[in-house]
Amino acid sequence: MIEWGLYNYWVVIFLMMTGLYVVISRGNLIKKIIGLNIFQVSVIMFYVSMGKVRGGTAPIDAPGFEIYSNPLPHVLMLTAIVVGVATTALALAIVVRIGEEYGTIEEDKIREIEAEEHPN
Amino acid sequence: MTAATAVGLAVAWPLIAVVWITVFSKRPNLRETGILLTGGSLFAIVAGVILPEVQAGGRPRMDLLEVLPGLELAFEVEPLGMLFGLVASGLWIVTTFYSIGYMRGHHEENQTRFYICFALAISGALGVAFAANVFTLFVFYEFITLTTYPLVTHAGTEKARKAGRMYLGILMGTSIAFLLLALVWTWLATGTTDFRPGGILAGKVEGTQLMILLALYAFGTGKAALMPFHRWLPAAMVAPTPVSALLHAVAVVKAGVFTVLKVVFYVFGIDLLAFTDASRWLTWVAAFTIIAASCVALGKDNLKARLAYSTISQLSYIVLGAAFATTAGVMGGGMHIVMHAFGKITLFFCAGAIMVGAHKTEVSEMDGLGRRMPLTFGAFLLGSLSVIGLPPMGGSWSKWFLMLGAAEAEQWVMMLVLMASSLLSIGYLMPVVVRGFFRPAPVEDGHGDHGSSGFHEAPLLCVLPPVATALGGIVLFFYAGDIWQLLTGMVP
Amino acid sequence: MIDALWNLIGDDLPALQIAMPLLTATVCVIVRRPMLAWAVAMFNAWGAVVNASILLYRVWTRGTISYVEGGWPVPWGIELRIDLLNALVLLVVTSICAVVLVAVPRSIANEIPREKHYLFYATYLLCMTGLAGMTITGDAFNIFVFLEISSLSSYALISQGRTSRALTSAIQYLIMGTLGGTFILLGIGMLYMMTGTLNLVDMADQLALLGVNRTVLVAMACLGVGIGIKLAVFPLHTWLPNAYTYAPAVVTAFLAATATKVAYYVLVRFAFSVFRINLTLDGTHGGALLMTLGIAGMFAGSLVAIFQDNIKRMLAYSSVAQIGYMVVGLSLANEHGLTGGLVHVFNHAVTKCGLFLVLACVVLRMNSTRLSAFAGLGRRMPFTFAAFVLGGLSLIGVPLTVGFVSKWYLVLGALDAGLWPVAVLILLSSVLALIYIWRVVEVGYFTAPPEDADEVAEAPLSMLVSTWILIGGTLVFGVWTSLSAGVASAAARMLIGGVS
Repeated sequence: MIEWGLYNYWVVIFLMMTGLYVVISRGNLIKKIIGLNIFQVSVIMFYVSMGKVRGGTAPIDAPGFEIYSNPLPHVLMLTAIVVGVATTALALAIVVRIGEEYGTIEEDKIREIEAEEHPN
Repeated sequence: MTAATAVGLAVAWPLIAVVWITVFSKRPNLRETGILLTGGSLFAIVAGVILPEVQAGGRPRMDLLEVLPGLELAFEVEPLGMLFGLVASGLWIVTTFYSIGYMRGHHEENQTRFYICFALAISGALGVAFAANVFTLFVFYEFITLTTYPLVTHAGTEKARKAGRMYLGILMGTSIAFLLLALVWTWLATGTTDFRPGGILAGKVEGTQLMILLALYAFGTGKAALMPFHRWLPAAMVAPTPVSALLHAVAVVKAGVFTVLKVVFYVFGIDLLAFTDASRWLTWVAAFTIIAASCVALGKDNLKARLAYSTISQLSYIVLGAAFATTAGVMGGGMHIVMHAFGKITLFFCAGAIMVGAHKTEVSEMDGLGRRMPLTFGAFLLGSLSVIGLPPMGGSWSKWFLMLGAAEAEQWVMMLVLMASSLLSIGYLMPVVVRGFFRPAPVEDGHGDHGSSGFHEAPLLCVLPPVATALGGIVLFFYAGDIWQLLTGMVP
Repeated sequence: MIDALWNLIGDDLPALQIAMPLLTATVCVIVRRPMLAWAVAMFNAWGAVVNASILLYRVWTRGTISYVEGGWPVPWGIELRIDLLNALVLLVVTSICAVVLVAVPRSIANEIPREKHYLFYATYLLCMTGLAGMTITGDAFNIFVFLEISSLSSYALISQGRTSRALTSAIQYLIMGTLGGTFILLGIGMLYMMTGTLNLVDMADQLALLGVNRTVLVAMACLGVGIGIKLAVFPLHTWLPNAYTYAPAVVTAFLAATATKVAYYVLVRFAFSVFRINLTLDGTHGGALLMTLGIAGMFAGSLVAIFQDNIKRMLAYSSVAQIGYMVVGLSLANEHGLTGGLVHVFNHAVTKCGLFLVLACVVLRMNSTRLSAFAGLGRRMPFTFAAFVLGGLSLIGVPLTVGFVSKWYLVLGALDAGLWPVAVLILLSSVLALIYIWRVVEVGYFTAPPEDADEVAEAPLSMLVSTWILIGGTLVFGVWTSLSAGVASAAARMLIGGVS
């Protein structure tokens, strides 16, 4: 029996597993990076939903509002998003270089070329 | 100079030779004179400064540094170590003379490296001899292994490399896997690794564990060449003969059995072993090694291989002496270190002289050779008698005391083993002499001077050292009492 | 003058440890001239060593240092917290950084186009920032941030290798590393959920009150997997051999000695400071699992290393095995075992960094690190090869080298825990190290170089100096152990004390 009160976590888990699956199953490096992004986003979602207080509002001190959501996880995620962007940028840069060097970004083809060029 | 500083100095002394050799590597005469001078002065230090102190009951000690809590590098000389130190440093001089003759006669390459590693190995042997605790002993034990490796692989051939692999594999493998474990265990049980009269393990390790610990020590000391960890010794015979002579008949292998003796006497304590009977199994392993190695020696045609198996067998005498866990056994073992050293080094010197002088390595080729090389074969005869244990050679005494040890431990079977082994050693040593002196030389085509009575000895420097050590064996027969006197200092 | 300076910055030393490399990294980008950028980096790196030494001394004499960033009080503000454990790790990281940097200019001259050198130094310093930050921060989320700083810069550094395989190795590491980092982030999130704090000390106190529940267990699992990837615990090590093999030589030396070590520190920090769990007694079997993986890694790494033709790859697999030792030390969860693990961080960093620098010298002169390139090297590059032999002996664990000190404590720890089979296995795997090291030594001394081989000069002085500083270190710290083993055992006592 699924507890609907915790549905947000199920969403997180679904996203996370999707991301992980894409990273593992796809041979195309760009798709892998997309999978990685989905994986990271799931954790961001996790933090964001964690800080949400039911019925709470943005943490701005104003008359009439008593319940505030916890702002800290949200702020943390700003940093995490930045990290994610940086990772993606670096990954894409490396993929571009791989594309130039190998003429492909499919993992199995790269492996074939490597096996031919540098037997190890 | 106090005896204590002399101890540290003695271990470091061969390093002077190393520096000297490096500096004068291009000038062989100067280089080798330096080694001889260092060897001579080293022996003077050991025999002149340290020996009197130990004879007087002193235990000169030098603490170097504490590596880890309770684990320190320190030297302390007691009678057994004194004896080993004397043998190693004394025979180094003789061997150096011999090396000069052999290496030049044989036109060996890389002589500088050879002499450097040799000096380092002697330094290691003295470190083992003077070690004050198991840790120090272990350090120098490994040091010897590493410094003798280049000597074993000296020729650089595929065969030498293979031998080197086995040498390092067995010696280092056993010492890391077993000896180090035993060391850690000892430290954990007692908080120290010091050699102390009466042992340190009493009341700390008991029952079966005691037996396992002894096994770790006995088999961990691969240099003692107990079966089944003996294969490295025959393999090491690819080394130049001086190496086989001093290191694989004296310094290296004796470092192994010396370790076993010291551990039995100063770590376990013979009372503990005698009381618990924990070393009973070791007598059987040693007895098996004695007999089996002798039998293998009988079948070897290559002289050096035959001597190597003879060494394996003789080394187990000493282990056997330790395993009796009696005072006479341990002291007999200690004495055998000296006696066998003189006997076996003579035999190896002769084997080398035959190789240089007549280019023969197989026993079956040595028919009639004795008449061409009477000095060499005469020395070989004396050496053989010593190894067999017949008067008037020193070897008879150590065998006598080992017998006494067996009697004291009431191990009658072992007395039989010792006797049988003497018979076997007659069987594998005497044929060489008999062939040399009594068989006619084979008639070969071509060269005319064979079979003639003309002497054709190896260079003088190759012949005199075995003669000297053989005579030394006779001298030891008459002075065995002094050695005994020195060794009685072990028993408080 | 010195007093005045001291008053000015004396209390801010922890912050400088992070701020300085971050700033100098940008300076490197601005100055652009390779040698100038190198000088800036050198100044910073050696300054960091001095700084780390002062910090270690202070911690040793006066106890834990807590530095509050921006003056916000703990647990709300971000704290830099230095105790014996991370002071030691910090010293290792900064020293390795500084020593390797000496060798960098000559080594990368062959591998990286000159116009990119200043960027190399900047990235190198950023990596150092990340590693130092991870080490001294007292804030869980900061660990993640610094981890990513160091990881991103190390991906970039690895991708600079000479062959195109450096790129594929870098992307492989990037994917694995990002997964690992994200798992760590997830674990930290769950801990925050349960405790409402990110400060490690506060978190530990809250967890002690809370006890173990399912969320905490899942957090532990996530952190374990995440850190395990960064640490390259067998079987999560798959990124490591390629990354080490194809990265520029000095980068391998640097990363092998620092990145995995800091990850190990984080694992120790979480296991003993935050969870305060006695690994052998808790119901999670975490200790047993780690021990099994550690032992498997010890043997798998060493066995695979024996069959490698590329020596750089061989040493990479050897690293997997050595990480196994550290993990076993941790999993023993007693004072001696943990000391062994921690002292091995120090010792293995010195040894392996030295060995990889040897390979940097070899690749500079021979253009290859295959076994065939080592033929006759004992005569052709005697100083370089002698360093390899000594470093190899230390890996084997010969007495009077640092390897022996580690092994001593590890075996002691195993026997202390009554696990004598583990002790035997540790020693047996050292024998495997003997095999893979000696293969190379034999070729170096006994195989003649090919007839048509060119004359080869000894490695340049700058690289020999840094190699021999480290190889000398393996001997010095093998005899004088007060710094490494002394601090490590005090740290282990502190951590184990926190358990009981």
